[in-house]
Amino acid sequence: MSGFDESLLDDADETERVRFVVNGRKVACEVAPRETLLDCLRNALELTGTHAGCEMGACGACLVQLDGQAVHACLMFAVQADGATIDTIEGLTESGVIADLQAEFHRRNALQCGFCTPGMLVNAHELLSQVTRPSRRDIRDALSGNYCRCTGYEAIVDAIDAVAKARSERGGVT
Amino acid sequence: MSAPLTSLDRPNSYIGRSVPRPNAKRLLAGRGRYVSDLRLPRMLYAAFLRSPHAHANIISIDAGRASALEGVHLVATGVDLAKICSPWTGTLDHFKGMISAPQLPLPLDRVVWAGQAVVAVVAESRAIAEDALELIEIDYEDLPIVADIDSAREGGGPLINPGSANNVCFRSQLDNGSVDDAFAHAAHVVEEELSFGRHTAVTLEPRAIVSDYDPSAEMLTVHHATQTPYQFQDLYSRHFGIPEARVRVIATDIGGSFGMKLHVYHEDMAVVGLSILLGRPVKYVTDRIESFVSDIHARDHRVRARMALDAKGEILAMDVLDLTAIGAFSTYPRTSVVEGNQVIRLIGAPYRFKNYRARLEVLFQNKVQTSQYRAVGHPIACAVTERLVDMAAAKLGLDPFAIRAQNLIADDAYPQTSPTGYRFEALSHQACLKRLHEMMDYDGLRAEQAELRKGGIYRGIGIAAFVEITNPSPAFYGVGGARISSQDGAIISLTPSGEVRCLISVTEQGQGTEAIISQIVADQLGLAQEHVKVITGDTEVTPHGGATWACRGAGIGGETALQATRALRRNILEIAALILQEQPSALDIIDGEVVDAGTRNQRMPISEIARIAYFRSDTLPPGTQAQLTVSHHFAPQGYPFAFTNGIQGCSLEVDVETGLIKMLKHFIVEDCGRVINPMLVDEQLRGGIVQGLGAALFEECRYSETGQLVNGSLADYLVPMPMEMPDIVIAHIETPTADTDLGAKGCGEAGTAAASACVLNAVNDALAPFDATINSIPITPARVLKALKRF
Repeated sequence: MSGFDESLLDDADETERVRFVVNGRKVACEVAPRETLLDCLRNALELTGTHAGCEMGACGACLVQLDGQAVHACLMFAVQADGATIDTIEGLTESGVIADLQAEFHRRNALQCGFCTPGMLVNAHELLSQVTRPSRRDIRDALSGNYCRCTGYEAIVDAIDAVAKARSERGGVT
Repeated sequence: MSAPLTSLDRPNSYIGRSVPRPNAKRLLAGRGRYVSDLRLPRMLYAAFLRSPHAHANIISIDAGRASALEGVHLVATGVDLAKICSPWTGTLDHFKGMISAPQLPLPLDRVVWAGQAVVAVVAESRAIAEDALELIEIDYEDLPIVADIDSAREGGGPLINPGSANNVCFRSQLDNGSVDDAFAHAAHVVEEELSFGRHTAVTLEPRAIVSDYDPSAEMLTVHHATQTPYQFQDLYSRHFGIPEARVRVIATDIGGSFGMKLHVYHEDMAVVGLSILLGRPVKYVTDRIESFVSDIHARDHRVRARMALDAKGEILAMDVLDLTAIGAFSTYPRTSVVEGNQVIRLIGAPYRFKNYRARLEVLFQNKVQTSQYRAVGHPIACAVTERLVDMAAAKLGLDPFAIRAQNLIADDAYPQTSPTGYRFEALSHQACLKRLHEMMDYDGLRAEQAELRKGGIYRGIGIAAFVEITNPSPAFYGVGGARISSQDGAIISLTPSGEVRCLISVTEQGQGTEAIISQIVADQLGLAQEHVKVITGDTEVTPHGGATWACRGAGIGGETALQATRALRRNILEIAALILQEQPSALDIIDGEVVDAGTRNQRMPISEIARIAYFRSDTLPPGTQAQLTVSHHFAPQGYPFAFTNGIQGCSLEVDVETGLIKMLKHFIVEDCGRVINPMLVDEQLRGGIVQGLGAALFEECRYSETGQLVNGSLADYLVPMPMEMPDIVIAHIETPTADTDLGAKGCGEAGTAAASACVLNAVNDALAPFDATINSIPITPARVLKALKRF
């Protein structure tokens, strides 16, 4: 008996060509239909700053910006993102749009192991682009899809709060 | 301007200073190098087929179809891996009479918990490996299940270890004093049975390993998301028969650990075996569901305890029985009885009393192993003690602060030996208690509580004093035969351009190890911190040591770095003295410059000393051999542990209609000796408290009667999120240990140690008007409503 299962082989072999603008550059990938956007970013594009924590949209470690909105890369198939503009932590870092958030997180040690941190930053970036002066309660509420297991969250809230203040004192969202 | 100068005003003084962690910038940029990110050339991926049964015989395994699937390189069973991996047994010699069955990477003929890995597949992608799992057929024969503490204790029930007389892993008893006599003569006795659910670490990065065996070099390289690379170097060497010097374990960035990532896991041993069988790199990252069923769980205790007091409220005696259920095996190499052992030895630790008796019974059951997780045993010992103290206070009509003020060991009474045999060098309970009282505005909170209660709002105030075990000596594991180092090592070099490179055996998992080591080195050498590079987590490069667990990073690793740096400094000044024709004692180093010790006049930069020593040694006096690399090891001596102490307080509100608990504010006064970086200590405390609050309020691994974990996902298993967590107010008392020059003790477990005790006392305080009590952790809304007889 060969045990060779043709249908499985077909499934595994089948790929689709998808195109995105990732971190400002056009890219094309061959992806299997079952591959998530997270898989595609981390494996095909080697953008490992986007992390897999729970693979069910609960922990927030995989947040990226898709067409300007924070989405869970683990909850979306790569083929669904065809044609989208995607910004990962690497791109947001290079463009400098979250430099003040990163500096404030660093100054206050608003991270420990750092695994949740890219997702936290993507979420904080989205919050501050929508609400200029969130209250601490708003910040805690907005972060309630981002698990952190190391910090007590307080320094993260402090950092986001401080950036919100600094940005609004400078005259609004950067 | 008027503030007096402190030691922090000296140039390059970093000990005691809140400086950010240099390595955090990488993590903030998404440039962490976690093992789960790693991809090596020709790397394959492993996946495991897991048992759906909690207890069953394996009758047959048919993997023919899986092996034939394109892209599959290997399907391995227990038999295949047993040929190359020797079994391990999770016992320690000093736990007399302890038993546990030998373990192998994958089982040969029987599974003992639901979720146990049974067959491994290695394929060109994880997805293909998982496809192959679906093609494997295993025929099982169900066996009766030992589901909980009670069924484990029943005589004549099913046995987890065939051939053993019962399901007892270990029994122990402490008896110090005249306990029966003290209870017989006591004016007051309080008694309670408390139960503590299982919970688990839930590190954000699940366990991850890439094992790379190179048959041509007969060399094993394992990239392992672990806290303890040296321990695993030893284990891989011994169990796979590879000389230790040919085993390299690299632990780069670790996405959370909390004790969970220092135990031997069956899958990890299997992956090492698979890479040896294939001669190729093999990667395995647990997914979240696998984490829940295969990472160690923790706690799972039922403790019956009573306390005797005299008429004035002096504690006279305690009598304790701790039953703890650890799963089907004891973990290796640290065992699953350490937690119970610490529970019975830490109970009552902050208090002055003589008569103590405790029994410990550690039991097997058909569940995944429990073992050491942040603050091993502390939360249980603390909750038991502090609940009884509060109950005694209520019985005697004393305020919770008053009864503690009366009974805590006095700050001037050290050294002290606890009734359980722990030796305390110096603790500061009274100072901490006083400080907490002020910090909480205790009287204000009580007044507010009384006022709100009139309007049907039920707030509770809880306090809990604790003692934390840090800086463990060889008396901890080494004495039991485990090859777990209590010493640490550092290799510190002055580079040719005058900077410093420090290789150190304590590891970084986000606590800030690298930051504090660079602070200590820069401080002791007289350099700017940015000129110190610290390297951790690679057995090929860094010297052997215990690494980071049980709060030993600052206290032991920091002292190692301090002593190594002082030795390097002596060597640098000796060469400087030769060049400058001075006595070394007349010289000092400030800001990277050799200066006159008295006048601080600059003489020459240390980069110049390095240049001469490395490149122009011909200009040095004959016989000079410049030693600009120093290797130094340090093992703790003196007290077997550096105990720390502190106290926590909290204010919360119980909604008596829904049972929901809202944390309002949390407080901690903590004494970890010399604080090296206050910001990092505060973050450790906050993180620890939040993990403790998770245990107190939400986290519980819940099993069905058939031994299935029913909430094994992050949608079902609740961990604390920002919205539920309070702001946390922190204060420090510093009582440095005299056992080291640095004087630092640990702080990583202090937060977790007392958080659940604090919440337990506060909830019971809130429920006092209803004559309702809570004695189970986590304190879920259902348990609150049940206590209120509303559910």
